[in-house]
Amino acid sequence: MADSIRLQVSRYRPDTDAEPHWQEYDVPLRKEWTVLDGLNHVKNEIDPTLSFRWSCRMGICGSCGMDVDGEPKLTCGTFLTDYEPGPVTVEPLANFPVVRDLVVDLSDFMAKLPRVKPWIIRDDDHRTVEPDVEYLQTPEELDAYKQFSMCINCMLCYAACPVYGLDPEFIGPAAIALAERYDLDSRDQGTRERLDVLIEHEGVWGCTFVGECTRVCPQHVDPAAAIQRYKLKAAMATVKAFLLPRGGR
Amino acid sequence: MTELRLYRRPVPTWWWIRKRSYFVFVMRELSSIFIAWFVVYLLLLVYAVGRGEAAYQRFLDWASSPWVTVLNVVALLFVLLHTVTWFTLTPQAMAVRVGGRRVPAGQIIVGQFVGLALVSGFVFWLVTG
Amino acid sequence: MSDSVIRAAHDVLIVGGGGAGLRAAIAIAETNPGLDVAVVSKVYPMRSHTVSAEGGAAGVIADDDSLDEHCYDTVSGSDWLGDQNAIEAFVREAPRELLQLEHWGCPWSRQPDGRIAVRAFGGMKKKRTWFAADKTGFHMLHALFQTSLRYAEVTRYDEEFVTRLLVDDGRVHGAVAIGLMSGRIQAITAKAVILCTGGCGKVFPFTTNANINTGDGMALAYRAGAPLEDMEFVQYHPTGLPFTGILITEAARAEGGWLLNKDGYRYLQDYDLGTPTPTPELRSMELGPRDRLSQAFVHEVEKGRAADSPYGPVVHLDLRHLGEALIDAKLPFVRELCLKYERIDPVHELVPVRPVVHYMMGGVSTDIDGATPLGGLYAAGETACVSINGANRLGSNSLPECLVFGARAGRAAAEYASAAGSTPSVVEAQATDEVRRLERDLLGKRPGGESIAAVREDMQATMEEAAGIFRTGPAMAKGADTLAELQERIGDVDLADTSRSFNTELLAALELANMLDISECILQAGMQREESRGAHQRTDFPARDDERFLTHLLVHRNPDGRSRIEHMPVTITRWVPGERVYGR
Repeated sequence: MADSIRLQVSRYRPDTDAEPHWQEYDVPLRKEWTVLDGLNHVKNEIDPTLSFRWSCRMGICGSCGMDVDGEPKLTCGTFLTDYEPGPVTVEPLANFPVVRDLVVDLSDFMAKLPRVKPWIIRDDDHRTVEPDVEYLQTPEELDAYKQFSMCINCMLCYAACPVYGLDPEFIGPAAIALAERYDLDSRDQGTRERLDVLIEHEGVWGCTFVGECTRVCPQHVDPAAAIQRYKLKAAMATVKAFLLPRGGR
Repeated sequence: MTELRLYRRPVPTWWWIRKRSYFVFVMRELSSIFIAWFVVYLLLLVYAVGRGEAAYQRFLDWASSPWVTVLNVVALLFVLLHTVTWFTLTPQAMAVRVGGRRVPAGQIIVGQFVGLALVSGFVFWLVTG
Repeated sequence: MSDSVIRAAHDVLIVGGGGAGLRAAIAIAETNPGLDVAVVSKVYPMRSHTVSAEGGAAGVIADDDSLDEHCYDTVSGSDWLGDQNAIEAFVREAPRELLQLEHWGCPWSRQPDGRIAVRAFGGMKKKRTWFAADKTGFHMLHALFQTSLRYAEVTRYDEEFVTRLLVDDGRVHGAVAIGLMSGRIQAITAKAVILCTGGCGKVFPFTTNANINTGDGMALAYRAGAPLEDMEFVQYHPTGLPFTGILITEAARAEGGWLLNKDGYRYLQDYDLGTPTPTPELRSMELGPRDRLSQAFVHEVEKGRAADSPYGPVVHLDLRHLGEALIDAKLPFVRELCLKYERIDPVHELVPVRPVVHYMMGGVSTDIDGATPLGGLYAAGETACVSINGANRLGSNSLPECLVFGARAGRAAAEYASAAGSTPSVVEAQATDEVRRLERDLLGKRPGGESIAAVREDMQATMEEAAGIFRTGPAMAKGADTLAELQERIGDVDLADTSRSFNTELLAALELANMLDISECILQAGMQREESRGAHQRTDFPARDDERFLTHLLVHRNPDGRSRIEHMPVTITRWVPGERVYGR
């Protein structure tokens, strides 16, 4: 094993740069070092002006997503030794506007998230229900949505999705997976409300089932599956609306 | 107070050849055109049959011309690609449960191919039998 | 408006968007829909450190359990330093808060009949820890965050860092914040402010805490004139992975995991923690409290019975006998973390672990409604010290603490804000001063030559040396001297980054200043407490001394910047101080 590896890092400072450019740094190559450890070495020892987001360094907060050698990755769980002998390119997540260096602008997703109503919707409005006892939910009912509840909003799926890259209006994999998470929750009664949002052109029908979102998901959420199931649901609802009086509501 | 200057990266024209998965995806999208062609071809065939023996013969002559043959071979390859890729994606789109347990992906995929073989066999019997 | 020094005015401003902050925001939106509430957070709320909590949240729900038993476990766990009125309120309200979260969609693990499942936890005599596999904090935080999205009345300022509280005449009137993306420095005024910024594990080199845990709220309150309480009590979690410090949850032991020394011996039996049994025994052995387990580790090292690793001595966590099915069902995250960061599969192999800084029992001193002595200033969660944790927190008490006291602080702040008058004009001058300070001291280019990383590393090394699991007066005094030098050195810190946009070097400088103040408070309080209690173990004063120290220590900041310690009596309602007994 060589004792160092070269990082090729995309730099962009809006105050001075017209567009991003590459900057190279040599960092120690150690078997337990992740790409994030390499970036922190740069920040602490070589160039304190490099900007990137990170926090938990254990794959759960979702802050440190970047494109490593062209693939969206959580840098805290991506080991430098897997890229030997280098160089490794590190870029801001694809498909998002770049704020600075490796930091991208997430405001588009933050605006889209509430649109799919990712919360428990019940006919007995929760604001008036006193939580004295739990809503019963068997382990099987929990299993039905558990996978889709594991999303950490790391945005790797948006970076991998060519549809989102070409059409930023597309509501995107993570948001739809969250809608499906609540739809499948036995405590929820909001399927119809969410469908009204997702049945729109920029909802589920934007997706052409590339499947990259599922492949890059660090939590094995499988957003592609959620979207296709939603399409089925939307199609059924349309058929029902056509065939049944009053739209089958 | 500086204004925020976000850098929006342009999408390169050839983005879809950079990754195998993107390439397969674009090919699959492209295959829809050939599916459409097969539908048109089938309609032309039915139309010709409906207009009698002579029209049917003219259709066959046209269909065996080199360029139509080449087009059909290419279309067949795309249709196969279309079928295989969609069949492999089906288990993701449909969570099939039998007796409370989720049916494994492999079984769903194999089931579709078996179904395709049965239908093809039936059509073959119908046409030749 | 946007170019003025005052950017916006709200009724209540919450600093921090983790478990406590979001719970407070929802409490206000629900109880006082007419109030205008805002959450300012230096990260997007779902990135907050609540997300990393693994094991669970305690709340009495099982038929064989009682509120009194949870109170007693918490009181004895705190080594009788917890305030019993606060503990009683906490224990009473925790189950209801956890049920509320259930109604908001938190995917709690269930029993076959659909009711909530509970697991054992360290220092708890009954099974009362609710869990969502071993990603409890993640699920709680996302349920809270997603639920908060339905309240349009909650304004969010994401990725904005608060640098100063605006105070006039003993009352808080808002804060100055810097927007990370824009670099804009402006004031957000409010009639009440709630600090929910989490802990400060980053003052130590080896911690489970995330990069963002830099004690910002504690430092803001301290400088604004509110005292910090119980700061000498720093919790070491007994099972962290070497090198990374990543937490391996106590649930691993609650599900039946063993701690072994290098000879494969369950060494905890040598430290008055009970006798080994094949299945876990509550309040015994591996389910003893965290302070005692971490201390036992140090003794094993001294006896030469710890194993060696490239990152110093370790002991082993043995989960092999639990089997793959149970590990995958109850501890999937533990397996994932071990596989990824240690390349070890706990189904077949021993997991190397060592104690790691995990939690601050101390924080901004508050009453049971989250109110600090400063008018209009509230605090909740790890930032605050109510104090329910006293000298040692029990595992799974911190998540419900965020909920119970987040909600209480929210309601109290709403009530205060409803009655408060308008913001005095002097606040604008203060805000202008702060903007000028940041522009001049930090963004104005000047020679210095000190690097932030170097000062930070020295601070962390100093704190590990002076305020570790075992402490002495002279070591803490020496540490305090070093900290004073470091305070001088950060005056010379040179910011190479002069960019406005997402200047993480500027952020690091501000965080470092916060951490240095907090470090000083930890050592000053530690030196004053000449006894051993809970997580504060002094080899020069090895016994607990109720005569002199059954009391909280409050650290105040004098106008000259130096600290001053005061005593505050512990509230005792029903449980007179006694011996802490585990395993017998």
